[in-house]
Parts: sequence; C-alpha cells; structure tokens
Amino acid sequence: MRFTKDHEWVAVEGDVATVGITAYAAEQLGDVVFVEVPEVGKTVAQGDGLAVVESVKAASDVYAPVSGEVVEANAELGDAPETVNALPESGGWFAKLKLSNPAEVDALMDRDAYEAFLATL
Amino acid sequence: MSMNTVGRPTRPEAPNDSEAGFTSLSGGRGLLQDEPLIFELGGWTKTGVDLPDAVAADGALAGLTRDEPIGLPGLSEPEAVRHYVRLSQKNHAIDLALYPLGSCTMKHNPRLNEKMARLPGLSDIHPLQPQSTVQGAIELMDRLAHWLKTLTGMPAVALSPKAGAHGELCGLLAIRAAHEAAGNGHRKTVLAPTSAHGTNPATAAFCGYTVVEIAQTDDGRVDLADLEAKLGDHVAAIMVTNPNTCGLFERDVVEIARLTHAAGAYFYCDGANFNAIVGRVRPGDLGVDAMHINLHKTFSTPHGGGGPGAGPVVLSEALAPFAPTPWVVHDENGYKLVEEAEGVAAQAFGRMSAFHGQMGMYVRAYAYMLSHGADGLKQVAEDAVLNANYIKARLSDLMSPAFPEGPCMHEALFDDAWLEGTGVTTLDFAKAMIDEGFHPMTMYFPLVVHGAMLIEPTETESKAELDRFVDALRLLAESAKAGAVERFKNAPHLAPLKRLDETLAARKPKLKWKPVAPAPLAAE
Amino acid sequence: MRYLPLTPEDRADMLGVIGAGSIDELFVDVPAVARRSEPVDLPHHAGELEVEREMLRLSRRNRSAAEGPFFVGAGAYRHHVPATVDHIIQRSEFLTSYTPYQPEIAQGTLQVLFEFQSQVAALTGMDVANASLYDGSTATAEAVMMAQRVTRKTKAVLSGGVHPHYVGAVETLAHAAGVTTLRLPAAIDAEDAVIAAIDADTACVVVQTPNVFGTATDVTKIAEAAHAAGALLIVVTTEAVSYGLLKSPGAMGADIAVAEGQSIGNGLNFGGPYVGLFACKEKFVRQAPGRLCGETVDADGKRGFVLTLSTREQHIRRDKATSNICTNSGLCALAFSIHMSLLGEQGLRQLASLNHQKALATAKALAAIPGVEVLTPRFFNEFAVRLPKDAAEVVETLAAHGVIAGVPYSRLEPGSGLDDVLLVATTETTLDTDITFFAKLLAGAVQ
Repeated sequence: MRFTKDHEWVAVEGDVATVGITAYAAEQLGDVVFVEVPEVGKTVAQGDGLAVVESVKAASDVYAPVSGEVVEANAELGDAPETVNALPESGGWFAKLKLSNPAEVDALMDRDAYEAFLATL
Repeated sequence: MSMNTVGRPTRPEAPNDSEAGFTSLSGGRGLLQDEPLIFELGGWTKTGVDLPDAVAADGALAGLTRDEPIGLPGLSEPEAVRHYVRLSQKNHAIDLALYPLGSCTMKHNPRLNEKMARLPGLSDIHPLQPQSTVQGAIELMDRLAHWLKTLTGMPAVALSPKAGAHGELCGLLAIRAAHEAAGNGHRKTVLAPTSAHGTNPATAAFCGYTVVEIAQTDDGRVDLADLEAKLGDHVAAIMVTNPNTCGLFERDVVEIARLTHAAGAYFYCDGANFNAIVGRVRPGDLGVDAMHINLHKTFSTPHGGGGPGAGPVVLSEALAPFAPTPWVVHDENGYKLVEEAEGVAAQAFGRMSAFHGQMGMYVRAYAYMLSHGADGLKQVAEDAVLNANYIKARLSDLMSPAFPEGPCMHEALFDDAWLEGTGVTTLDFAKAMIDEGFHPMTMYFPLVVHGAMLIEPTETESKAELDRFVDALRLLAESAKAGAVERFKNAPHLAPLKRLDETLAARKPKLKWKPVAPAPLAAE
Repeated sequence: MRYLPLTPEDRADMLGVIGAGSIDELFVDVPAVARRSEPVDLPHHAGELEVEREMLRLSRRNRSAAEGPFFVGAGAYRHHVPATVDHIIQRSEFLTSYTPYQPEIAQGTLQVLFEFQSQVAALTGMDVANASLYDGSTATAEAVMMAQRVTRKTKAVLSGGVHPHYVGAVETLAHAAGVTTLRLPAAIDAEDAVIAAIDADTACVVVQTPNVFGTATDVTKIAEAAHAAGALLIVVTTEAVSYGLLKSPGAMGADIAVAEGQSIGNGLNFGGPYVGLFACKEKFVRQAPGRLCGETVDADGKRGFVLTLSTREQHIRRDKATSNICTNSGLCALAFSIHMSLLGEQGLRQLASLNHQKALATAKALAAIPGVEVLTPRFFNEFAVRLPKDAAEVVETLAAHGVIAGVPYSRLEPGSGLDDVLLVATTETTLDTDITFFAKLLAGAVQ
C-alpha cells in the first residue's frame, strides 16, 4: 500500500490500483454521511478530483493519487457511507483505476514514510 | 484529499440522565410543552377559515383538475395559535437575550418599523399596478437609495438584490459586464482572502471565475505583498470584506484599492460588516467599486428565522452603467421605475429577479434610517465598536483573543488556545452558553483562526446586559479551566432538546412527514 | 436616541476598561483619508411621531389594492390573509431569531420548516421540498442551474408562456454560469411548443402552468419528451392557490417544481419579500439549492429537527457549493405555513374554486363588451383579453376612474407585439360589484 500527503492510499494488483482514504483522514473527517464515487470509464490524471466524501459538516475532494481509467467504483458506499469510517483501508475503498503510468506508484510514500509524515502534522 | 471543514457536528455519545432529576408524568416540562407536527394534530377535513361556497371548475378545465387527495391537514384558529405559540417558545431570539452571532449583526428590531411596513399604502400595493398609482412607493425607494449612496459615498445603487449573497452576485455580474464591455473578458480570476465568507468564493465560482486565495498576515489582514504578486492582467476583481471577518479594519485598504485598480481589476467589498463603520467611514473614500449592504444587518430589518433579507449594491462611477434593472428616475412629472434598459443603459445585464426587490425591507430600513439620522447612525457604529472592545477587554485575561494587539471593530474574535488541555472544545463551550441563557457566538469561522469564537454584541446591548453576558462567560471559562468537563461535554442540559444527532439526519435524510405505515394485522 | 442603551457615563466607563482615551482611538486603523468626525450630510435623528408622519405621507401617495376594484396579477396576487398569520409572525421568537444554526434552541423555527417542506411537497406533488428560496423567479433560475448540474448539459429551453421577469432572472443567472437559454416567442397557449425545441444538448425545459397569460396546461407529454431526451422538466407556477384546483406538477411528471408562494400568507408588498417554493424528485436532492431541514433525535431519543445536507451549501463548499444562497425567506415561509395550516386541504380547495369562479364571472362580463376578446382557453383565476386599443392606455384611463384593470402585457415584454393584450386577475377578494363596475368602465374606454 502506498500513500499521498493528501491522505489517499493506493493498493496495486497487476495494473489495477484500488484507491481510498487513510484511517487518519477518516478519523479527521468524523462520521461520513455521503460518498460520491466516480463513473466507470472516467479518465483521471494524477491530482484530479476523483471522488467527494462528506461528513456532517465537511465536504472534501478525494484526489486521484495516480493516473488512470476508472474500472470500478464502490457502489456499496451509496447505502453505507459509514463503511469509510469502519474500514477505511479495506472495505471503504472508493474506486479502482487501470494505471496509465505505473511509475507514479513508486513515487508515493510507503507506510513508514506516511506515518513519519503524520507525526509532523 | 482536501480537508474542508467548517464547524463540528454533534452526535451524542449516550443519553445522559435528566439533570433535574425530576420528570413529569405526561412528558411535558412545565410551560414547555411537547408539540406534535400539524400532520399529527390536524384533521384532514378541518379548516380554520370560513369561506363562501364555490362552484366546481368549468368544463374547459376537464382533465386538468386535481381529483386525488393532496394530503394537507387543517387546524381551527385556536389550535393553530396554540401550535405556533408553543413552537415559538422553543426558539432563542434577540428579544430574549444577547445573540452574539458574529458576522450576523443580531441587533434590536424596532417595532415602529414593523408598524410602518404594514401601512396599507406601503404593503397592499402591487408591483405591476400603474406607476402613477404608486408614486409614494417609488419615492421611498429613491429616498432609501439617496441615504445608501450618501452613507457609502458612492454614486449609484442597485436596490433589487434580495439578500447579501444575491447582492454579491449582482456586484460581480456588473464587474463582469464592465470587463466584457471594455474587451477584458479574458479576466477570469477573482482574488479573495482565506478568511472570506463562504458566499464570496461560491458567488465568484458561480459567475465562472476561478477563485485564488490571498494570504493573510499574522495580524489578521490582507497580505499586501501576496496580493501584489497575485494581481495581474488575468484578475477581474478582488473580494475583500471590510471590516474583515476577523473583526478588524483593513488598515491598508486604500493601498489594496490602488494596487487593484492599477492592475485593471475592480474592488468588490463585502459589506456584511458595514455596521461597524456606518455613518463614520464611507467605503467610497476607500476606493471600493461595489459593495452590498445587508439591510437585515446594518439597518435592522428582522432576521425572521433566516430571512427575508435585502442586499442593495452600491456602485462606483465605473460600474454604475452596468446596474441591473429596475432603477428609479425622477423629473418634474414625478417618479419613474425604469423596468427595461434602453439607450446608453442597455449595457445593463438584465434583472436579478421579478419585480423591484424587497420593498417590505426598504420600508423598515428607511424608517430605521430616519429614526437614527446621520448622527444616530454614527453613534451606532461607535457603540457597536465600543461594545465589542469592551467584551474583548473583559475576557482577555481568561480567554485568548486571536489578535490581541490593537482595537477590534464590531466583533471580538477569540481562538481556542485557552481551552488547550481542558478537554473542552469550542463547540462544548458554545453549547454551555445555552444553559446560561445566551445564544452561542459564531464558531469555527473565520477558518483562519483555530477553534474560532466570533462575538458580535451590536450597539443595542446595554452595559448591564453586556456585563451579565461577560460575567456568565467568565464563570464558564473558569469552570472549564477548573476541569468541570461534565458541564460542557453534553451541554446544553437546560434547553428544550439535548444535542441532536446530525449524523443520523444526514445519513438517512427524512425531509418531510410521511404517514406511518399501517401496522401489520396481528396474527389471530 | 431611543434604540441606543449606552449613556455617556457608560461609554466613559467602558473606554476606561478598554484603556482607550476616546472612541476615535478604536477607529485608529481607518486611513486618515477616510476618517470623519462629523456625521454625513443627512437629516439628524427623529422621534417615532416624526417618522410616522413621513411614512404616512409616502403611504398616502399610493393607491392600495383594498381601495377599490383591483384586477392585477401576473405573478403576485391579492388574497385575504387571516389575522392569525400576522399575529404569529410578529412573535419575538420567530421575528427576531436567525437561521437555526443551534438546533437545541431553535426547534420552533426548525419544526415550522419541516412542516413547510412537507406542505410544499404535498402541494407540488413532489418527493421533497427545500426550506424556501427568495421568490418564484430566483427559484426558477436556481432550478435551471440545478438541471445543468444533474444532466451536465448546458442548454435551457423556456416556453413562450413563462413570465418575462422570470425569463429575465433565468437569463441573468444562466449567462453568469455559461448556460445557454432558448426562450420561445410569447404565446398564449403553446407550452407544448417546447417539445420541438428539445435536442441532445438540452438540460431542461421550463414551462409554466397556469402560464403568464393564465393558461392551464397538462404538461405530461412535455415531461415524456424531455425525459426521452435526457432533459429535466421544470414546472413553474406563479399562483400557488391554483394547486388547490389543478393537477400538481408532480402528477404530470415534473422533475423540479418551483413556484411563487406569495399568494398564501403573504401580502403584495410592492413585489417583495416573497417566498420561493422549490421541490424536486428525491434522487436529485443532493443537487438542490438552499436549506433543508431534516428529522432526527436528540441525546434522550426525543424527536427533533436540524438543518441537514448542509455540505451542499456555500459556508462549507465555498466555491463548489450548489448555490451561493445564504439567507432564504424564513419569515415568509412561516406565514405561508400558518396560512396553509389554517386553510387545510378543504379550505384550500374551496379557496381555489372561489378564485376560479370569480375569474369565470369576470371573463364572461368582459367578453360581452364589443371589441373585447378573451384569449385564454383554460384558466384558473387569471386570463388575457385582447382590447381594440393599447392596453397600457386603457389601464391608465381606468385607474383615473378608480379601477386597476390589470397588467398590460407590453409592460412585461415590450416589443412582443402584444400591446393590445391585458392580463386580468381575480381572487376571492373580488366583489361582484367590482366586476360590474370594471366591465362598465372598460366598455366606455374601448369605444
């Protein structure tokens, strides 16, 4: 799993990356009440808005940590947005992207680096 | 992801016991009664009006009539009066106690203004009856315009915007129209400080502008160097609130205007805080090009539980030709509302809404202005600023002012540094104020101050009421510091309801009454 | 000054506590160029009596609707409002409170908003309604913006029956947001003409029923055509009392229903403040503008109400908000809701029938005048007539004789070629003698 400074995570299997937000981000947001996931087929560049996550009093954009095409979105979050709080780094994933530039993954932080980054906040 | 957070939701952890330790048998609480919804009270065939019998629709409407039930309950007059009076008792109001909601200017609403707004000649007139039959109404609009122009030192005003945000839209559209007329349609950026009201970026984005934030200095003002660096041929306007949302006067405002104009951009001033300077400082003297005035703030038209407001926009010479319709002109034949732009005025961008704006608010605001006069309005600003500084002075030893140096304007801003280690948050502290009988201050705004508490007392508070308020806050602050976390954690304890579950409301939105599903028949 | 409680002694004491020598020291940040020590050039303060005199002077220069026969509508209607309504909206707790940001001490306002939303949803036949917008015209403009967000298309088609001021409000917002508008030529009975104008780029079609000429239309076919093209149908109503007699927008397939709610609970007030009704299908609610009140529970499990889904709003979403609206029309919504509760379904239906009956009687009387033609084929309480003369001139002539005859269409849309068209509205306040007198004067004026 790799991480961004904007608190997204990426898990790569083959050429598909699963994207979500970190446990730290979910904790900071508080109770998630709504998630807007991207449409399948949408192409995003690294840093583009990928999804929107809303808690009661915050709405935050989730940026694409890597470039690619959306091949699947987590439809379950529509009915159960609380999954983002319960399982942020597994069942609460947002979308799967077919990587267009796999090299981008390597440039992201590993868990140790991300935790060190969190310690500075 | 971006962390765009405002305020803190409440989600009660667990039910806490009734503090009184005493409950009634029927569920009521003395004078405070539980009140069902009208849908649970009313009859489907009941009515509280007596009307003559009427015939059914004529044949031409065949197939167009509503034959199925609508689903509206009715109440007789006594039931209706009781329903709404009982509900009213669950509201805080200015008439009950200080309402220090920063940025909202919750001041006393003179009752004379209500009486004037109900004069038949001002209330029972139609916006489209012949202008020859409403000369007094148009004259009133003209007089209101004269007062607003004189108080702001600006040459023109568009009266019709219906609220502050609508005024912002009007101002930005005038700016856009002016740029387009001058061949400067390529200017697509609006600069606004991080501390701006949310309506500023929302309005700018709505008009197709990209919003770029201007940094703030450590003393809570616009960072001139950053502004200068971000100005350029791509900038259409800057939007700056003055006095700003930190309750401070932008002391470099003249320089801000100069830099903005030098870059070919316009200076939009958010006039939400005009109350601090009305009658004392004219925005026109500061280089402002457009500014909306919330009549429901500075000129005390009632807030009414969230509107109606009114947001006239004063405009500089450069922007005046781009004002929306309608506007008032007068000559020897009397007053005239120009409803369709013609000739030189055809550059105007159209109309903001149907008809001529918020007349009911104009009447109240004009009565307010006449009552105060030029001298009284100046005193309004001075007392508003005095009251805020008094609160700041009296609380600064216990709470941490966000900008301790120098005077504030009409509101005193504190951060939550003083709460560190107490286990009490800004939200908890504010909710505990409810138990003391006061409305909380504005919280977590402006965004640039951590755990912000923005207190705006207004000029209509007596010294005794200010002292009562300050004394209550001091007791609370001491209690928080002494570790009485329980008082705060589940506050309020004495309000009609405890903290509400905002998460539940947002996850499973229930936005209207629905009939309870018929209970399944019990198995025989 | 009667509204300012501080005494000179208070001010001196307070400056002492602050540590300032004078009030001027508190204004030290104001640049020297803008500092003023003298009041601006306007009259000084005045007592209640003086203010009343001035306001009465202005009031007397207007001819109020109650003074005599009055047939003006076109988006604002003179109805009788029960005394209870004005009494309750002047209660301190409703009048002098603000947006219910602190739900524990704002349940009065919040429950009213929930009831209001429920009433509006029922009236319009829609799934959900918001807590009000400024007025019918801005609600229409907001609906067009919402359709753009939902469909991600950028063209709006407006019928020739939409109130020209509403068209103006839509065009202003649409132009700002980059939405193109196509408004069909003014037409008395051609809401269906929008069908031919729908194309693949169309985000929404906007139709009005009863339209500005008073024509009531079944818009079901328009809904089908819009939906087939992936567009939304927005149905506008400027006379909310018509909901008591005519099919609801929801029943005819509307995606968004907007209306001017002034007719219920609110006076004419020369055009404002009014109350915009906004209702839509549930699936679009997250794209809706304005405030929403929702039901929840408090810590003790008691039912309560809060503002909800507020992440759509400007104070959180800022430049990504669904709308820049902050203040809505709370007190007017309260007035609407009280009047609606007093009417109930039975009262509303009766009121609507009464309005319709007066219009039928008036149309019959006017149609009997040689040279006067009733143009509106199916109407609720308002209709258009063609006069043998310029309608604006006739209105002025009749006004001089004490009858306010209606709205010349040319005032709403100059250059439309309909200078001889007069819009005539009636309500339950119209007396039979008003109708007779109007017909008599009109017959004289058009000869």
